[in-house]
Amino acid sequence: MIVVKITNVEALKRIAVEVRKGIIEAVYSAKSGHPGGSLSCADILTVLYFNQMNIDEKKPDDPNRDRLVLSKGHASPALYSVLAEKGYFDKELLKTFRKIGSNLQGHPDMKKVPGVDMTTGSLGQGLSAAVGMAIASKMDKAGCDIYCIMGDGEIEEGQVWEATMAASKNKLDNLCVIIDNNNLQIDGEIEKVGGMNNITEKFQSFGFNTINIDGHNIDSIIDACTTAKQTKGKPTVIIAKTVKGKGVSFMENQAGWHGKAPNEEQYNLAMEELNNMLLVH
Amino acid sequence: MDLDKKIATRQSYGEELAKLGEENEKIVVLDADLSTATKTEIFAKEFPDRFINVGIAEQNLMGISAGLSTFGKIPYASTFAIFAAGRAYEQIRNSIAYPKLNVKIVATHAGITVGEDGATHQMIEDIGLMRGLPNMTVMCTSDDIQTKWAVREISKIDGPVYLRLSRMATPIIYDVDTKFEIGKGVQIGEGTDASIIATGVTVSEALIAKKILKENGLDVRVIDIHTIKPIDKELIVKSAKETKRIITVEDHNIIGGLGTAVCDVLSEEYPTKVEKMGVPDCFGRSGKADELLRYYKIDSAAIVNKLMN
Repeated sequence: MIVVKITNVEALKRIAVEVRKGIIEAVYSAKSGHPGGSLSCADILTVLYFNQMNIDEKKPDDPNRDRLVLSKGHASPALYSVLAEKGYFDKELLKTFRKIGSNLQGHPDMKKVPGVDMTTGSLGQGLSAAVGMAIASKMDKAGCDIYCIMGDGEIEEGQVWEATMAASKNKLDNLCVIIDNNNLQIDGEIEKVGGMNNITEKFQSFGFNTINIDGHNIDSIIDACTTAKQTKGKPTVIIAKTVKGKGVSFMENQAGWHGKAPNEEQYNLAMEELNNMLLVH
Repeated sequence: MDLDKKIATRQSYGEELAKLGEENEKIVVLDADLSTATKTEIFAKEFPDRFINVGIAEQNLMGISAGLSTFGKIPYASTFAIFAAGRAYEQIRNSIAYPKLNVKIVATHAGITVGEDGATHQMIEDIGLMRGLPNMTVMCTSDDIQTKWAVREISKIDGPVYLRLSRMATPIIYDVDTKFEIGKGVQIGEGTDASIIATGVTVSEALIAKKILKENGLDVRVIDIHTIKPIDKELIVKSAKETKRIITVEDHNIIGGLGTAVCDVLSEEYPTKVEKMGVPDCFGRSGKADELLRYYKIDSAAIVNKLMN
């Protein structure tokens, strides 16, 4: 396994913009999909795949690789885009997203796409699988780190807390959970819709090491992941404060952009904004 | 068949699983706080490092099993059928069956023969739920010998399996050296007056009925369908062609189970009247297992009555 890690923060920022462009491209081509929650976790995924994880895009099935479970599977455009950017498959394929005959299903399918470590889509199920992976790695002394990205609305699912309890009981310090805390679910703000609040305290009471960060600050994401790696005897959760739709001005903080594709005009505007960002970084 | 020597298939499972664990280090066993009842405790005592008790959290049971399998482990996940196929149905569907992960779901305490616990714990829909899942192999074994074979055999299949077992002790039907094959039913007898197609606990009831019927001048054969999916189409069609009546008997709702699976085959391949015996689309009730088999008319006496009339 040849692991290439990018440490230059400016370079990572540029990659994150490219990942966002891929998200818009995929959702626009499909005329459906979930841009809001994909854009909010784009920086997190960029740091994980380009700076943190021990992975080799040439060996997507290497047993000793680190794993990522995108439990909020509807953010598949973000995962596909970062995988394409990393070189797992041709970026042109993003234009086939959600189309008949494409391997890029609406929600990630581990048997169809190289680099996808777990099939997800039905919310609340990914963390359990990640716990199973983390236990397996410890059984085998394989030394794999397991990452699991969940939405803040997603953690309203009861299974999440079953898995959280198991992670803590089994002292899974090789497990790092990241909450994409954009504060919006389909029907509105998470506190108003499902009543989820005090996320940090909840995870603390379940025995997790908790870290709160700005989920769009590359340095902070790197630091938090580093702390997670160094933490022994307990799993870590990074509660990343994010903005739904981040990077495309008219999508930011709008619940309406949870599951809607841009039209041609909106697509052009989004791409223009993102291309301008590339000039800055 | 030795009527005096009875053993519950869950007990056979526990014993064989511990033996299998000795031979295959990939085997890991998971339970949801029912290991003393599902008998995974036998494995747990011998291999504590490969046993995971998740507590009363069946959705998580299935998800952790899925994750373990992606590392090449062969997880056997056990709980009662109601909590496996019922409570964790969608986890089985989306986290195990859809990605075709190598997880063995061994569900004990299936059917009304759970007994005294009553309807909340009597899973009579699980065959229907599980056989409707693409990629899933569905099995329901009838005695100690067959169960021990199945526990071992399913470890060799690369993909998800649902193995349905019982709480009540049932007679030992087969000789130790009997050869079975996944997807192939077992024909017992050559009688042509009727085929009694059964699975799990009702196979021994069918065999008792067969003996009584013989004494009353009816020669029937019993077909043991231990694999409900993929089902043995060839044997079912052959039975329909060679015998006068087709009766299905199961400790399951008459909707969605073995009877329905047999109808699916015959309606396409060789249209034949099928007489379904099972729980008549109602929830169960408390009582002893044998009393319930009688109450719901899926015991040997009911089979005899059906065929004598």
